[in-house]
Amino acid sequence: MSELIQLDGLSLQIGGKLLLEQVNLRVIKGEIVTLIGPNGAGKTSLVKLVCGLLQPSAGVITRAQDLRIGYVPQRLAFDATLPITVAGFLALTGSSSQAIQQAMVRLQIDDLASSLLHALSGGELQRVLLARAFLRRPSLLILDEPAQGVDINGQLELYQTIAQLRDELNCGVLMVSHDLHWVMAKTDTVYCLNRHICCQGAPELVSQHPEYLQLFGQNAPAIAIYTHHHDHHHDLHGAVVPHGGQASSAATKRFSPSTRSHSCNHPHTTPHKH
Amino acid sequence: MPDFLLNALLAGSALALISGPLGSFVVWRRMAYFGDTLAHASLLGVALGLFLQINPWLTVMVGSVLLGVLLMLLQKQQNLASDTLLGILSHGALAAGLVCTSLMANPQLDLFSFLLGDLLTATRSEALTMAGVSLLLLGVLKLAWRPWLCMALDEDLARAEGLRVDAWQLLFMVMLALVIALAMKVVGVLLITALLIIPAAAARQICQSPAAMAIGAAAIGVAAINLGLAASYYWDTPAGPSAVLVAVVIFALGFAARRSQ
Repeated sequence: MSELIQLDGLSLQIGGKLLLEQVNLRVIKGEIVTLIGPNGAGKTSLVKLVCGLLQPSAGVITRAQDLRIGYVPQRLAFDATLPITVAGFLALTGSSSQAIQQAMVRLQIDDLASSLLHALSGGELQRVLLARAFLRRPSLLILDEPAQGVDINGQLELYQTIAQLRDELNCGVLMVSHDLHWVMAKTDTVYCLNRHICCQGAPELVSQHPEYLQLFGQNAPAIAIYTHHHDHHHDLHGAVVPHGGQASSAATKRFSPSTRSHSCNHPHTTPHKH
Repeated sequence: MPDFLLNALLAGSALALISGPLGSFVVWRRMAYFGDTLAHASLLGVALGLFLQINPWLTVMVGSVLLGVLLMLLQKQQNLASDTLLGILSHGALAAGLVCTSLMANPQLDLFSFLLGDLLTATRSEALTMAGVSLLLLGVLKLAWRPWLCMALDEDLARAEGLRVDAWQLLFMVMLALVIALAMKVVGVLLITALLIIPAAAARQICQSPAAMAIGAAAIGVAAINLGLAASYYWDTPAGPSAVLVAVVIFALGFAARRSQ
């Protein structure tokens, strides 16, 4: 097996606060690895460590020699005074205009070529960022909650596109996701993170794990509720229909970290209850 | 045309050619206050140069580069609000510069010329030096264009893609320090940042790509310098402030034109 990246005993401490503790994780070629976990679990920090944006306080990161990262952040941090079109943004990869055209067609953004980058919707921007990553021919594609800010129909398409890109590029995929439907359907390995790795493995196995149930709701048909905490649904024509305020606030409450505080400093060799 | 005016036009235009594109990056990266801090601190460099009896340009450049690197490191700490920190350093350095220059009581020192520039006293060799340096810096800018643009879009993305962000950032600091040292002659310590950000902001009103904005900013800067010098010549107004005022008027016109569309 060819490991693209391997983390051994990785800890991260920032300003006296322990954000990650003794994390072991690896991604192999062609594998889709998904990180799940509550807010504040350290998912984004872990992604930043893998990308080399943060340095671990302890532990070792082993990267494959020919590792080529295609990173898809949640959003871009740039000022609206920077006027750049989608085509101009993709051209910064140094790819030929023919390759850029192909990538735009592949990600179905060719009609956005002359749109300004800061005027795009969340879903459009994710596609543009995917196209940029795609142009780099990465061996490891890293995505941080790609479906955030994308409407529900767009989410499914986006996830399908990611799975297809994995096949086309034969790359590994590491991503943070909140969508447990996707996790269950398309992921090879799930890591359930809450500062440390609570459990890991194939989705079917993880979903039976006591710690997983603890984190994501043991007294409910957990997956369904966690998956769709939207504040609206769509009618037959696709128009947005808002929910009553009560239902959505109840769903949000269930998954706020404060109601499910989970902290433990002991090794997790056996399943247990807190 | 009198010789002194020709020298001033050459020196000013050369500076505007590079300060426009570089200023675009300053605007994109929200570093206006950062530039201000370097600019104000340059007076301290002048004092140091006079004290050590070496060319003030040299001490200003070296001082600005050192301060820029120091600021870069301080900002990495992230536990200090960076605008507060910049404010303290900026005005602290300006005050220290004013105190130091007054203590030296050098009869040759005209404080006003450093604060507001003295473009009209530029000699032919100074003007030619500025033109040469500006051309050189334009070449560097062309080289750094893509990495700097990637960093302006998203530093994390650039770093994750393997760009050596810290090295390119250092180059940016050095270039900013050099341009500030040049601009001190043209518009003076107090107005250096204006020459960086106002032409860029004005170009933003009419341009739809980064390259167009950079070229537009250069063109607007050159126009502002030339019109400012003309005003100075005919109405005897101070050259640097006149040029900045012209740039502001161009910005206002562009802003109004865009709003009325």
